[in-house]
Amino acid sequence: MEGVIQQFYLKSSILKTSLHIQSFCSFRFNKIILNGETVVAKEKGLSFSEFSKTVYKESGIAYPKFFKMDNLSKLTFLTAEVLLKNCALPSEEKEKMALVLSNRSASLDTDRKHQLSIQSKENFYPSPAVFVYTLPNIGMGEISIRHQIKGENAFFVFKEFNAKFLMQYSEALIHNKKASHVLCGWVDIEEDAYRSFMYLVSKRGTYIHSEAIINKEYQNI
Amino acid sequence: MKRVFITANTIVSPLGFTSDENLQQIKNNSSAIQFYNNTEILPNGFHAAIINEEKLNQNFQKSIVASDYTKLEKMMILSLQDTMACANFEITDRTALLIATTKGNIDTLNTKSKTSAHKAYLHVLGETIQNHFQFKNEPIIVSNACVSGILAVAVAKRLIQNGVYDNAFIVAGDVVSKFTLSGFHSFQAMSDSPCKPYSKYRNGITIGEAAASVAITSGSTSQNRIEIIGDGSCNDANHISGPSRTGEGLYKSIVSSLEEANVSAENIDFISAHGTATLYNDEMEAVAFNRANLQRTPLHSLKGYYGHTLGASGLLEAIVGLHSMQNNMLYTSLGMDELGVSKPLNIIQRNEKKNIRTFLKTASGFGGCNTAVLFKK
Repeated sequence: MEGVIQQFYLKSSILKTSLHIQSFCSFRFNKIILNGETVVAKEKGLSFSEFSKTVYKESGIAYPKFFKMDNLSKLTFLTAEVLLKNCALPSEEKEKMALVLSNRSASLDTDRKHQLSIQSKENFYPSPAVFVYTLPNIGMGEISIRHQIKGENAFFVFKEFNAKFLMQYSEALIHNKKASHVLCGWVDIEEDAYRSFMYLVSKRGTYIHSEAIINKEYQNI
Repeated sequence: MKRVFITANTIVSPLGFTSDENLQQIKNNSSAIQFYNNTEILPNGFHAAIINEEKLNQNFQKSIVASDYTKLEKMMILSLQDTMACANFEITDRTALLIATTKGNIDTLNTKSKTSAHKAYLHVLGETIQNHFQFKNEPIIVSNACVSGILAVAVAKRLIQNGVYDNAFIVAGDVVSKFTLSGFHSFQAMSDSPCKPYSKYRNGITIGEAAASVAITSGSTSQNRIEIIGDGSCNDANHISGPSRTGEGLYKSIVSSLEEANVSAENIDFISAHGTATLYNDEMEAVAFNRANLQRTPLHSLKGYYGHTLGASGLLEAIVGLHSMQNNMLYTSLGMDELGVSKPLNIIQRNEKKNIRTFLKTASGFGGCNTAVLFKK
């Protein structure tokens, strides 16, 4: 099996540049996979709120702001937490890191909550604590604060996971000297249907930065 | 590195349906902001800059076969159609479509809306625009709060420079909706009069709506082309809704754009800033511009004309800036009287002739995001 994967990775590398991927992390079906290994697996019946709370507690992080976040931000935050812990970058590299995230449903999960609070004149209770999360890029703001990342930020929406675009844009950022590391990926949630996938692109790393490998790792959960 | 240019542009706003109509109104210092006594939306009514739907429909039906498009889609299609007619290239499989929006068709979430809530998905909005013009590539949708419109310019430039596409069309748009009005109202961020960027008497934002579009290409020999020479889009890493006290992300974005273009602060002739007229945003900008040594550079905010058009604002305001360059004119920062920030800024107080070769556009938004893009004639 290992040999097959090796070959697959070698083939992909023929087409590609010298960029690499250091680490991958995915959250789905109440499981967390890090570099191909299942590191957390919880009961499938748990809601996302229950699952994310458990993951937060077991990780031993003390970051009370977590509980103020909406579900998209919690998902973004936790995925970045697991991935960056594994990468162990020095803080000066983290500070210049770029963030490029994407999804399908933007912030609709929280948009619907805000909409409920303004739907009728009789029952009108909009809240700034909800409204601030009606933007898909807020999760990037949360991880920027947590890890003191002050680099390039961009959030994109596609119908489906778009490995090719993420690859092209990360390469453009690195070639244009806007970043030396790019935290890339997909974070999508609507109610309890969630899926995240993040990876760190840089000049060094175990995996070749190619569309085929990104897609393969995305599917691996 | 390839050189990248803007070769065509169109603004669809309450001030007009072409860039020329918009510029005429700006020259006259006319604002689109009005009071709407609509208590269905907010108990005490609100100020906003809204496109007259009847006029929009008339303009739309003049040239486009009627279909069941939403107001935002009509605005975006009208804008893009005009830009495409003026661009020096046609759509090929090497042409990107970028769509910048903060909230898209968010008003369709309202259960009273006649339109399906499926349209609230941004990729559905993207497909509508793609199909209307028969773009060959899936749209790249930038949804990054209030920097979306100007960030899309940086994204398109970077993709073209790196040979991913030969050229691109960008359309940015957002509408005034109960969704955003009620949200900003709950934040107590809404001004009780037309907004007054940088003024001592400012007390919040006014919301507006617009669609703006540009054609971007590496291949142009036109006299009127404007080059995009630098960009940066950095995060404050400070607070998700409060602007940074040190202006960190905006400062870093400006420095990144200047370094890329190899231009120093004193060579910037004019700044089109974000200037939302909230206490903290304008103060943050003053700090960032002073850190970047730009406190003497003439600067305006266009929010006094258009209100804050959210994801459209960065591109809309950049287009007005491109016309400032071409006309060699600085336009008044409407709503400014006495400076109300703690650091000096050179706010444009009346229309003035000035030779403008280099122009900086900035924007900032929730999530701690900031973008700066530098243009050259």
